Amino acid sequence: MIRVVLPPHLRTLARVDGDVELDVNATVTQRSILDELETRYPMLRGTMRDHVTELRRPLVRFFACGEDLSHESPDAPLPEPIAKGSEPFVIIGAIAGG
Amino acid sequence: MSSVRVLVGTRKGAFILTADGARKRWKVSGPHFAGWEIYHVKGSPVDPNRIYASQTSGWFGQIIQRSDDGGKKWNTPGSSPEELKSPDGMAKGESNKFVYDGVPGTHQWYDGTQHPWEFKRVWHLEPSLHDPEHVYAGVEDAALFESKDGGASWKELSGLRKHDTGPKWQPGAGGMCLHTILLDPQDPQRIYVAISAAGAFRTDDGGKSWKPINHGLHSEYIPDPAAEVGHCVHRIAMHSSRPNTLFMQKHWDVMRSDDGGDLWREVSGNLPSDFGFPIDVHAHEPETVYVVPIKSDSEHYPPSSRLRVYRSRTGGNEWEALTKGLPQRNCYVNVLRDAMSVDSLEPCGIYFGTTGGQVYGSADAGDSWKPIVRDLPAVLSVEVQTLP
Repeated sequence: MIRVVLPPHLRTLARVDGDVELDVNATVTQRSILDELETRYPMLRGTMRDHVTELRRPLVRFFACGEDLSHESPDAPLPEPIAKGSEPFVIIGAIAGG
Repeated sequence: MSSVRVLVGTRKGAFILTADGARKRWKVSGPHFAGWEIYHVKGSPVDPNRIYASQTSGWFGQIIQRSDDGGKKWNTPGSSPEELKSPDGMAKGESNKFVYDGVPGTHQWYDGTQHPWEFKRVWHLEPSLHDPEHVYAGVEDAALFESKDGGASWKELSGLRKHDTGPKWQPGAGGMCLHTILLDPQDPQRIYVAISAAGAFRTDDGGKSWKPINHGLHSEYIPDPAAEVGHCVHRIAMHSSRPNTLFMQKHWDVMRSDDGGDLWREVSGNLPSDFGFPIDVHAHEPETVYVVPIKSDSEHYPPSSRLRVYRSRTGGNEWEALTKGLPQRNCYVNVLRDAMSVDSLEPCGIYFGTTGGQVYGSADAGDSWKPIVRDLPAVLSVEVQTLP
């Protein structure tokens, strides 16, 4: 079970409270997590990555195990604690704006 | 008894203001979509319970929201709780998928180079006059989209963006936005749009082909002041009984056309400044027009720091200041292009919102004004529904 922490605006949009728990039946990567997340919550499509190019939106960041993995390949396997669900995959809106 | 519903989009959410036909006591609901920029909220003229909203964010992009109960409950079209539970169809989550048709091409950038079209947000939603499932969206970078399934999916009417003049269009300070969509109530094939800073365009075949309608405009801020395109049109308004008569607030100049935009003439007359953003027409008097003069393109606040709506009862040229109830000292707010609207009660009600978060209403065609709310986030848009 993968744990995903959404930023507050996306929790509201997806109508969820707290962490999201996902079953990912593939190698656990940014892409496979986002694929499953968007399948479960289709209203999140386009909010974290582009509909067509699937590139991360510039002000969305992906953190895991205390590291910023935003610039890693979306197909790179994520750290084991993420795959085991002992640590969450954190999606945040970058600090910017007012 | 009739009632009115004022739909307000702000920098940090949407608000819905409701009152009975007397328009004296108001209820305020919101913020809906708290913390998000709400560029526009507009109801279907066919089914007033159907309301569309453009919700946008620099972080998370574009969202389209839809209400089917007059603004109490909202859903992203195609992703309502009922649809998500349905065994028949997996929700597609494409209500915010605005993809340009074909190769996007390029337009002129601030430095004169060519720059690719990039979708940023929906500025304006214009529900069809005939079908609540049919709605148009004016977007930045400038293009026109339509949905025929209640906002669940969108298709570009790309004849506009692919017009020969497209590479000459350029962004204004607020971005290259398609902000005005006027549907001709007498000819469903005719649509007017306006783009900053390209100008006004008209289709007579339902959106397949378009022609610039900027003849008569004069803009000193472009190399050829009378160019075919490049004009920073801020807003166009029409009275439903006279769809060939258009009123325009341009970057500078208030203009009028009586032939569907083929030729414009200036009607700024005695305005203290002919710079401004919104323009609207009285619901029952097609020659009564309203503008809010702003000091200049570099000082976006009212002349002499006095907030005045100007009304012409002669279709332009002769304007009177409407000040009763509006701040007449130390006022430095702006009124943005989509932030004025009228109801169709008798007498006609006028409403506008400011960048200072006030929404003012007049229940006597502008003779007197009262703030409905004073301290909202900066107001981006105001639309009114007159309910039976």
